[in-house]
Amino acid sequence: MNALALLRGIWNYRHFVFSSIANENRARFARSKLGWLWMILNPLGQALVLALVLSKVLNAKFPGINNEYAYAMYLLSGSLGWALFSEITTRCLTLFQDNANALKKINFPRVTLPIIVVGSALLNHLLLAFCTLGIFIMLGQAPPLALLWLPVVMLINIAFALGLGLLLGIINVFLRDISQAFPMLLQFWFWMTPIVYQSTMLPESFTQFMRYNPMFYIVKSYQDILTYQIPPAYSDDLVWMAVGSLGLLGVAFIIFRRASSDIVDEL
Amino acid sequence: MSEHKIRLTNICKSYRKYSSEWLRVGTWFGIPFKPKQQADVLKNVSFQINQGDAVALVGQNGAGKSTLLKIITGTLQPSSGTLEVNGRISAILELGMGFNPELSGRDNVYHSAGLMGFSHAEVDALIPDVLSFSELNEYFEKPLRVYSSGMQMRLAFSVATAVRPDLLIVDEALSVGDAYFQHKSFDRIRQYREQGTTLLFVSHDPGAVKALCNRAILMEDGRVINEGSPDTIMDFYNALIAEKENAKSTQVHYHDSGKLQTVSGTGEARVETIGLFDKTGLSKEFIHVGEEVILRVQVKVYADLPKLVFGLLIKDRLGQDIFGTNTYHTNQTYSDAKAGDRLTFAVAFPANLGTGTYSITTALVSSDTHLENNYEWRDLALIFNVGNLNKDYFIGCNWLPVNIEITKQ
Repeated sequence: MNALALLRGIWNYRHFVFSSIANENRARFARSKLGWLWMILNPLGQALVLALVLSKVLNAKFPGINNEYAYAMYLLSGSLGWALFSEITTRCLTLFQDNANALKKINFPRVTLPIIVVGSALLNHLLLAFCTLGIFIMLGQAPPLALLWLPVVMLINIAFALGLGLLLGIINVFLRDISQAFPMLLQFWFWMTPIVYQSTMLPESFTQFMRYNPMFYIVKSYQDILTYQIPPAYSDDLVWMAVGSLGLLGVAFIIFRRASSDIVDEL
Repeated sequence: MSEHKIRLTNICKSYRKYSSEWLRVGTWFGIPFKPKQQADVLKNVSFQINQGDAVALVGQNGAGKSTLLKIITGTLQPSSGTLEVNGRISAILELGMGFNPELSGRDNVYHSAGLMGFSHAEVDALIPDVLSFSELNEYFEKPLRVYSSGMQMRLAFSVATAVRPDLLIVDEALSVGDAYFQHKSFDRIRQYREQGTTLLFVSHDPGAVKALCNRAILMEDGRVINEGSPDTIMDFYNALIAEKENAKSTQVHYHDSGKLQTVSGTGEARVETIGLFDKTGLSKEFIHVGEEVILRVQVKVYADLPKLVFGLLIKDRLGQDIFGTNTYHTNQTYSDAKAGDRLTFAVAFPANLGTGTYSITTALVSSDTHLENNYEWRDLALIFNVGNLNKDYFIGCNWLPVNIEITKQ
């Protein structure tokens, strides 16, 4: 199967992709009164707790901007970027086990599976992004021009998350330890990334270390754009990150294709 | 030569185990690591299915039938060999694939049909047919979790067969729902067959195999071991199962009628003579509808047997079971047969059969099935013809003495 056939497969199954994304969300909120509101309420609640605890109770100083809600905004924008990454990687991790039955019994383009994950995660992400923006406006921060950068950062975020998630997901079919270890790693990773705190709060030696964390650039860009209202500060690094992510994604897809028959055998 | 729909040439499938999973990762990049273990599930399977064929795949569990269907469907890749498939395949390997319990029947239809590659607009056109065939009525709009399992199956089958495919692959999914729906789904498959759909189907139900198929392929241990008419293959398969239990040889030879006859069993008891007689004791091969006849079977016992059950089965010319019973069910199990005994079983019955040729299969076993101890199983032990000499014209394999009354109000 060449790349053209791959694209044709996706095109022929576009209805399936769309209906899968729609069904996923419909099923998730099928019997809850507030429905999709929960999608926003959950991260909002989390941000509220952290904002209250850290900015009010601990009275953390927050340099850089003049807004009494600065910390809450910082937190919301950072976790917005992290949430997309975490959702895509976590879902890709068990993508093949979750769809084991369909993979074994129905002949359909397998490439639709990661596309559905990305589509559904992106939908959640956009919804959350709009809500975050809405809250920022309420808190007295008008949408900045730098917002135009956001889609670019999102795409890099998706490419990186999907590449990593797929690789781990493929290996996880054969080594189930990955699905146990990765959530733990994700926890560490979250706290190693300046989402709840600022990188400037750390000692110099840690900041050096931070430069090797790809998520640092992603999260930092979300914060720059949404909270500081400036274009991403590390735009050079972001370009490298984009190239690296696309490379990772390419490798992941090549392995996906090569491993495809082994995956179905193993499931 | 007719156009082939599926052609398999030397299909092999093996599952490989590596001493470390990283070696497997290496093989994706073309590094030829040796697997630690290799399980061969299919070994050089070759056959061809032509346009309009209806082929049954039979065999015991683990014979490789399902793996083979998955390879033909395209979800599994063969390890070696070539597979050619012409035309649109619809495979029902499992009903209700991808159904979501929280969504309505209608939404699930869209989703499930989407998984088969149909667009939204195409499904729109299919919906009325799915609705009427599944007979779900108002349940169609309710979430799937309130469905009974039979209703889910009805929906699943209706979607899976909403469009007539060129090639229909069915894996033991036919026994769904109540008898009424089973009948209906059977009819649909038969209809598709008549319209030219090629059928490949796995079943353990001899009735379904004989009724639907014109060919059967018997698989055992990853190989095709026999191929032929469903009738012959099912008999052979039966003998094979019995043989597994008894580990004795099975003989197959051509009967005088030109059909393959299978005789199997351990041989502790054997049928010596068999004959059909009328009331006056005259041996007959041709009997008329409704005639009182007696089947006499002489059995010689070759070893001491604590229990001996005699069974008989009447089949029509297509090999479909017409009637069968045994002395276990009639509470006449013969106890303590001694070596050298000669027993005669005389079975009297009215030949309430339709016109045609019938065969009798005999079985000498120790209990109600031939699986426990199969002393002898003999297909085509006797062949006889039934003709209609003195009854009103009728069709079918049964004669029922009907009495029709006509009244005018």
